[in-house]
Amino acid sequence: MAIQNVGSSIQPLDTSLLLRLYEQMETIRQFEEQAGKEFAAGKIPGFVHLYAGEEAVAVGVCAHLTDEDFITSHHRGHGHCIAKGVDIREMVAELLGREAGSCRGKGGSMHIADVHKGMLGANGIVGGGYPLAVGAGLTARANGKGQVAVCFFGDGASNQGTFHEGLNLAGIWKLPVVFVAENNGYAETTPVTYHMSCRDIADRAAGYGMPGITVDGLDVLAVYEAAGEAIVRARRGEGPSLVECKTYRYYGHFEGDTTTYRTKDELAFYRGRDPILGLRRFMVDRTLATEQDLDAINQRVQERIADAWQFAEASPLPAPEETLTDVYVKYP
Amino acid sequence: MAVAIRQLTYAQAINEAMRLEMRRDPRIILMGEDVAGGAGVINFESEDSWGGVLGVTKGLVQEFGRNRVLDTPITEAGYIGAAVGAAATGLRPIAELMFVDFFGVCFDQIFDQGAKLRYMFGGKASCPLVIRTMIGAGMGAAAQHSGCHYSVFTHMPGIKTVIPSTPADAKGLLTAAIRDDDLVVVFENKMLYAMTGEVPEGEYIIPLGKADIKREGTDVTIVAISRMVHQALAAAEELQAAGISAEIVDPRTLSPLDEETILNSVAKTHRLVIVDEDNPRCSAATDISALVADKAFTELDAPIKMVTAPHTPVPFSPPLEQFYIPSPERIVATVQELMG
Repeated sequence: MAIQNVGSSIQPLDTSLLLRLYEQMETIRQFEEQAGKEFAAGKIPGFVHLYAGEEAVAVGVCAHLTDEDFITSHHRGHGHCIAKGVDIREMVAELLGREAGSCRGKGGSMHIADVHKGMLGANGIVGGGYPLAVGAGLTARANGKGQVAVCFFGDGASNQGTFHEGLNLAGIWKLPVVFVAENNGYAETTPVTYHMSCRDIADRAAGYGMPGITVDGLDVLAVYEAAGEAIVRARRGEGPSLVECKTYRYYGHFEGDTTTYRTKDELAFYRGRDPILGLRRFMVDRTLATEQDLDAINQRVQERIADAWQFAEASPLPAPEETLTDVYVKYP
Repeated sequence: MAVAIRQLTYAQAINEAMRLEMRRDPRIILMGEDVAGGAGVINFESEDSWGGVLGVTKGLVQEFGRNRVLDTPITEAGYIGAAVGAAATGLRPIAELMFVDFFGVCFDQIFDQGAKLRYMFGGKASCPLVIRTMIGAGMGAAAQHSGCHYSVFTHMPGIKTVIPSTPADAKGLLTAAIRDDDLVVVFENKMLYAMTGEVPEGEYIIPLGKADIKREGTDVTIVAISRMVHQALAAAEELQAAGISAEIVDPRTLSPLDEETILNSVAKTHRLVIVDEDNPRCSAATDISALVADKAFTELDAPIKMVTAPHTPVPFSPPLEQFYIPSPERIVATVQELMG
């Protein structure tokens, strides 16, 4: 793999930033592990696709964004929501189909969104997000305030036709859009070595006249640096980029997937390169934080997740008649 | 205040609606294949060449510039989806899908993204997007450039469907569509572009969901859609000569549908014929039929009849294409059969 391991070159090291990245990754991890447990216990209806293992990508990218910036996501969208600042109480309520949910119980895990935070939705259609991100890029350009749109997509989605159409449009119009590939090695059960006709997704950027880079998606600092360059470029009006992050999902494509298509050794290999433990080691080794500091963060996160579940479980379910609202703004 | 009225073509009326609305609201952008034409041609940036494949958007780029009148590549999923994304984030795009038949390559962006977005997000977002698209047989454009297909869109929650049949309706309905906060698809019949009619000057809005009685009558209600309004008007003249008085109802929008006007007309005439150029299965015609059978069955003195295109694609050769399109003669024959 042609991975550029650039993260450790960030100087000077900004401890408060590192602590923020750590806390967000830990929040996503605990959120997802709790969601996995609750799904297994039968509390969450429908499908759940967990982001655990891929935290460094959402967090490393979204650290550069504000509420004014836009992101589009995919099936595995909880991590993007958290990294973009969506309220986790409302997120859990949404997973449980409650009235207090981010989407008032109408979207669920696969359509979780918060447009006021610039989060334009998880997406149940693989490859559905590229054109939407291009449209958000058009809005950003029209507003002239230096906003950007980030499109997160998986390796499987890079084979959809909308990949070509979206990247070409962003390329010809030089829109402030950053395409972030989360290459976790599998499109459902199918390995990237089978489903993709080139080695790296970033190779495809050349076809759209935009820079493409492949980074270690398990290294939050590598992601942070590469995404930062692409986002600065976009904000300056220099056009789109493609950042490919090689990553790994710890759980199946969806909860309930027995993952028979991959080995225990492979999972153990990636668990050994855990992005959160990696950042932890990085900080402790350089005495930027102590084990106790980081344990305190973990404890705080645990309390927030417990609080979010308590809030969501106490929230009422929507009235059945709510089925009929929100189709249109106005329908006579 | 008297509103000045003058003659415009259907195409000019559509152009005028866009021009006035784009002057009013800077968030409105127009995008589509060759909606200006010639984008990127050196020293051509303030000019337009085609103004759309049939010239409907001609002149808009001169007034609004290339940042608001965007020529797109031939990439329907890309730019229709981008229009959805732009609408969800604050712009108010008008996207032109050249021929409705092309919905096949971008329907995910219309119905899975645009139409469902507000609902999936619990009412916390909206998609104020207009898709303008050409429909209709009669030009020898064959199976992939001649369909109607508004029934498919009408079936989908989250989409409004508009089917103007006259120049004035085209201006008033398109203006309402542009000001609407939902996803509205406006189906422009290419056979009507050259048709002239009286159109009010200045701001002119026809609310969505209001049918129009294009001709009053007492013996039979003919609900006719888009260009079929004119086929029905021609049939009504013939029927009049035979002593039959036909009332012609133009629904003007299929979603929402003005049920009341249709039901009131049937309550008056006690007979119903629906004329629809779209394919007949699971269609606007069957939908209106079901509505009347459900809500006005006891008003009917005869079975409901549909005069529609056959269950085939649109054929090319002129005699075949003419066979395909519901004709005044077929409408007359159907009404006469109903009258016994």
